[in-house]
Amino acid sequence: MPISEKEQATAELSPVSNPEARAQKNGRWSGYSHLLVARLKELKREPEVIFWVFVFPLLLALGLGIAFRNKPADASPVVIVEGPGAQHTLDLLQQSPRRAAVRVWVLDQARALQDFRVGKFDLVIQPDGNGGLQYRYDPARPESLLAHTVVDDIVQEAAGRKSAFPTSAVVSSEPGSRYIDFLIPGLLGMNIMNAAMWGIGFALVEMRQRKLLKRFVATPMRRSDFLLALTSSRLLMTFIEVALLLGFGVLVFHMRVLGSLWTILLMGILGGLCFGGLGLLTASRAQKIESVSGLINLAMMPMWIFSGVFFSYERFPVAVHPFIKALPLTALNDALRATILQGEPLSAQLGRLMVMLLWGGISFGLALKWFRWT
Amino acid sequence: MPALGIVGYNPDVTTAIQCRDLRKTYDGKVEAVRGLNLSIEAGECFGLLGPNGAGKTTTIEILEGLLEPTSGEVTILGRNWREHARELREWLGISLQETRLSEKLTVRETIDLFASFYREPRPAEEVLDALQLGEKADAWVGKLSGGQKQRLAVATALVGNPKILFLDEPTTGLDPQSRRQLWDIVRNFQKSGGTVLLTTHYMDEAEKLCNRLVIIDHGQVIATGSPAELIDHLGGHHVVEFAVSGGSDGVQGADKWKELPGVEGARNEDGLMSLNVREPHMTIPVLLNEVDRCGAQLEHLTTRQASLEDVFVRLTGRHLREE
Repeated sequence: MPISEKEQATAELSPVSNPEARAQKNGRWSGYSHLLVARLKELKREPEVIFWVFVFPLLLALGLGIAFRNKPADASPVVIVEGPGAQHTLDLLQQSPRRAAVRVWVLDQARALQDFRVGKFDLVIQPDGNGGLQYRYDPARPESLLAHTVVDDIVQEAAGRKSAFPTSAVVSSEPGSRYIDFLIPGLLGMNIMNAAMWGIGFALVEMRQRKLLKRFVATPMRRSDFLLALTSSRLLMTFIEVALLLGFGVLVFHMRVLGSLWTILLMGILGGLCFGGLGLLTASRAQKIESVSGLINLAMMPMWIFSGVFFSYERFPVAVHPFIKALPLTALNDALRATILQGEPLSAQLGRLMVMLLWGGISFGLALKWFRWT
Repeated sequence: MPALGIVGYNPDVTTAIQCRDLRKTYDGKVEAVRGLNLSIEAGECFGLLGPNGAGKTTTIEILEGLLEPTSGEVTILGRNWREHARELREWLGISLQETRLSEKLTVRETIDLFASFYREPRPAEEVLDALQLGEKADAWVGKLSGGQKQRLAVATALVGNPKILFLDEPTTGLDPQSRRQLWDIVRNFQKSGGTVLLTTHYMDEAEKLCNRLVIIDHGQVIATGSPAELIDHLGGHHVVEFAVSGGSDGVQGADKWKELPGVEGARNEDGLMSLNVREPHMTIPVLLNEVDRCGAQLEHLTTRQASLEDVFVRLTGRHLREE
């Protein structure tokens, strides 16, 4: 029997339709699972997200890993000032068994000093005319110090000096102590922070600005499900990211992971939750994405500098170390390094875990108190 | 009959939405809503009309439980927001004035997502068909036209199988065809027993859709009734508009024309005279004579049916679309 389109529409929209005719009844977790899947689909369809979250950290690791790769120390460029004794000194250096450690020029005094000043040479050697040598070097430049030591050793040994105390040396350049080994856990920590702060803080404000948050709370959706879905979608991304970056380090740079993968994963999750809480806090009131971007950068800036992502925070004065160690990213980076590079068990890291838990817990609590859905 | 403590919809409740002495003050200063009383029957389509800034959105968002009123009481289907929020959310379908749904989800994914929040939603296919979105089911939301986006917004409200549908300016900015499509959707929902509360600043929309309406200005109800009643209240179903040039003093003044037989009200709007008239065939001949007598020139003359717009202008001295 043909039914007119309008009647059909009427029947379909009936608010009191026959309950048996209904196709589905939703269970407790239906909202959560749909929110999670929708969020993951959205992320997958955003090519920038894939780039910044997955590709960029690998490129960064690759670039820095190559730039700071371990290589034999360069031969030190040194210059001998022309004059009596110059030829003798040159012969000394060039006949030494360690001649590969230096490259030698002979120039007039003015030229030699000029080139030393601009850093072309690490050491100026000036024969004093009485068979002795005068070195000119810069103790503030490590390479200059090195050149001084090497050249002096060569000269003294050629003159017959023997070591007074017997020593021997073993060459060691093992995975674990290189810059890339230091760098990758730091990059992991930084990415976990970035992903959580932007992925939660920025995403929430963006949804608030679009009135989407308000639209969601106008449904029976559980608010906790929504936050949980947002967080777990990010944790899932973190999981992939950690695996990619660690796998990359192992395959490309032959990094050795000493600690247990479960411990590393747990650190990642805890770090993600901690920064997720901070992200939620930055997003609790902001109405515009511009203002939340500022807040997020403000919160992350000190940690980029102090928390030992690219270089060790040991370089900062000892007096500020307690403050640096109280930052959540420092705790996360230290924990990741201790686990990955030294294989420290979880039990040895309770302090760091506590720092992350406190930051996460307190910011989450404040965020829930201040959060605006509309 | 023993009390069973039934948790659910009580069909005996015939008042769908009621609010008493509703007030909302922002930051202790701006009074957006100033003592509003409404009573909306189950099964009717009720309109909130008013110019921009009249307090329509604030009012509807308080009724939707999205804003806390500063004072006053709201009852929806016999429940209140404080104690029965979760239950009420299941019963209401809401379309906000401006929601930008996720652009990278498809229409079907969006409807499925909203459906997942309700205990007993309608099947997505049904809603897609009813809102004529079937063809666009697998298109990204970002690729939809304005009319399609607005239908999707209403679809997300209808997928929960609501008893009451709230629409905040559902057709603002839409082309005439899209507006009519939305009107059909609203009528169908109402025909099947649903209650509709909509805000609009389109008078024709209110006249076509609403059984009853209130006109709101400065946060207060200034008129209430069915569209026909309100137009009646205006004192005359017809409007005669004309313009004259030249002639003696007073020809441009509204007072002069108010004296003509059958004229209930007169206004001069930038040189265009507008008369509310009971019977145009009685008034127009006298009008023409009077123009002649004053030695003035008739530049323009039209008559038309009075609309809610006229009611509003009569009540407030302003047009609806003005700030």
